[in-house]
Amino acid sequence: MASKLTRSNRAGWLMALPGVGLIATFIIVPFFLAFGFSLTNQRLASPNPTEYVGFENYSDLLGMAFFTLEPERDEAGNAVVEDGEIQYPRLRKFTRNNPDYPNLQGKREWFSWQSGENRKVVLASDVVFMKALVNTVTFVLVVAPLQSALALGLALLINQKLRGISLFRAIYFMPVVVSIVVVSLLWKFIYSPGDGLLNNLLSGLTFGLWQPLDWLGNPSTALGSIILMSVWQGVGFHMVIWLAGLQTISPTLYEAAEIEGSSKWQTFRYVTWPGLRNTAVLILIVITMQAFALYAQIDVMTSGGPLDSTQVLVFQAVERGYGKQDISGGSTISVLLFLIVLAISLLQRWLTRERT
Amino acid sequence: MADVMLKGIKKSYGPVDVIKGVDIEIKDGEFVVFVGPSGCGKSTLLRMIAGLEDISGGSLEIGGTVVNDIPASQRGIAMVFQSYAIFPHMTVRENVAFGLTIAGASKAEKEEKVAEAARILQMEHLLDRRPSQLSGGQRQRVAIGRAIVRKPEVFLFDEPLSNLDAALRLDMRIEIGKLHKSLGATMVYVTHDQVEAMTLADKIVVLKDGYVQQVGAPMDLYHRPENLFVAGFIGAPSMNFLPVDIVSRDADSAHVQSSLVTQFAAPVWREGIGASGAATLGIRPQDLHPVDSGGILTGNVTLAERLGIETVVDVALSDGTRILCSMAEDRVFEPGQEIHLDFDPARAHLFAQDPQAKAA
Repeated sequence: MASKLTRSNRAGWLMALPGVGLIATFIIVPFFLAFGFSLTNQRLASPNPTEYVGFENYSDLLGMAFFTLEPERDEAGNAVVEDGEIQYPRLRKFTRNNPDYPNLQGKREWFSWQSGENRKVVLASDVVFMKALVNTVTFVLVVAPLQSALALGLALLINQKLRGISLFRAIYFMPVVVSIVVVSLLWKFIYSPGDGLLNNLLSGLTFGLWQPLDWLGNPSTALGSIILMSVWQGVGFHMVIWLAGLQTISPTLYEAAEIEGSSKWQTFRYVTWPGLRNTAVLILIVITMQAFALYAQIDVMTSGGPLDSTQVLVFQAVERGYGKQDISGGSTISVLLFLIVLAISLLQRWLTRERT
Repeated sequence: MADVMLKGIKKSYGPVDVIKGVDIEIKDGEFVVFVGPSGCGKSTLLRMIAGLEDISGGSLEIGGTVVNDIPASQRGIAMVFQSYAIFPHMTVRENVAFGLTIAGASKAEKEEKVAEAARILQMEHLLDRRPSQLSGGQRQRVAIGRAIVRKPEVFLFDEPLSNLDAALRLDMRIEIGKLHKSLGATMVYVTHDQVEAMTLADKIVVLKDGYVQQVGAPMDLYHRPENLFVAGFIGAPSMNFLPVDIVSRDADSAHVQSSLVTQFAAPVWREGIGASGAATLGIRPQDLHPVDSGGILTGNVTLAERLGIETVVDVALSDGTRILCSMAEDRVFEPGQEIHLDFDPARAHLFAQDPQAKAA
């Protein structure tokens, strides 16, 4: 039945063209373009020609310096103290056009701490990027273990033969089906200051002792709130993957363990967990990648604020590339993110490799 | 060591009755085999003894104690599964010692008991391997090792050889037989393979549709099957059945004949055989032999299978009924050739007419 059409090489390529073309246009080409742009001063729209700038974008983002600020001293050489506080020269004396400190040029204070009379200061070329990097890593470090553990717990609960168990499966999976943008909007209401749902609930549970918080408007709770909501939203998806892993474990292994008198915990430790190795590797890598790609929640709920406490890498990449029309800066962040995720995935694979 | 007593054991899944009242007495140290076609409830029965299935009715005693509500781990049993059920991520040593690990035994105790089990099963050289590096037979050995370490009063085997190839199955069958002799423990063994049942068992329990059909020593079942099902199930190739009419009967024999069967006197000892009426004649293929002329049955050869040591001939009688004849010699038959078959009337089996005769 093979017609000429199905055997023709050209026809084959022609049929593959739409798919291949779309993938190339929107995934493969942009991927390499990002590498290319990150080495130039390309802007979204600019009258000036694009120039090759080498690794300048990278040093602009990653540039860091360490500086010890010594107190101002009087004639006797003692530190000047006013109102109980040691007085220091202003940092900008060193960072702005000071020929003695070319390495501090243009940098700003990221954080500092007191060391005796001196103040140790860490400066960064791009403080916002550094905050975004730290926030992203924090997000990943909290979300990866929390979400995978919770998802495993739920999977163990719903992997039972109970009446109506599929109802629970559906309920736990529901947040995954809802668009993250919608979920973010809903949680914005839940978190809203004053009479938001969460504040009301806590106040009800504590008989009015709870002082309402502005969850997303407070730098110390904003990132935590986003973490909580993200874990809730994604947990159902990973639950299903765990569940698939659980169901590959042969029931006779459980029966064998039961006959040996294994307790619930021992059964988990000796039968279930070892049987889930491959699933665990998969889930850890997927969660890590998803967590690094955090964007929609930030865009909808906080736009990186307050005080950059919820700045994250992808949000920064978009903000720079399109908000500030700095395509090369956005590309550089994307490339850095790619390298970070790649490195972590390789590390995780190596750490969880099968030892023989 | 312990007896196992099943008294009126029943099992239902919702409205479906799987085991419909089973009474079996298994004596201390006996090797009992449950056989039956798939779906007869033999595995379910074994799993109820193991404690992996709830008992819906009746009582189960192991060593004189009713164990209906005692968890599997405290019944003093060990079970070997068809799929081996050895833990893939543990070495053989860890697998065999699993029960001891669970119980928190000391390292020295584990070493000692694992070494003993390994010696009995001759698998000392396998102890540090992983299950993925073992053959099917070796895996089953590990599973048996794990059972031995528990020092159970009753060993339960659930079709342990079904996943092995034919040659290995023979080896392991001999091993299990030896194991039973050396340990002297009570063993209950489930299989659908009647050869395993015949060779291993002290006592065979034939099950069908949740009922016990017959209990007895292998040769009792072979020579004196109580009903058509047992007669057809035990022995390979299966017994031939032909409808006959009873012409006359005296104390221990009956004259029978039909359009296919020349009149002869068959021994009668089963109940339900009257002085006249219909009955079912059973003859084992091995009891039939070709004769040059005459004989009780006549037909045409449709197919002859030569196995070297025996020849199995498929014969179509005049009305198209097919019967098998197996002779312990290598002989050539041409398809279509006429054949006369005779047999020793004393070896014929006469069954009361059973509406299910054809189904069986």
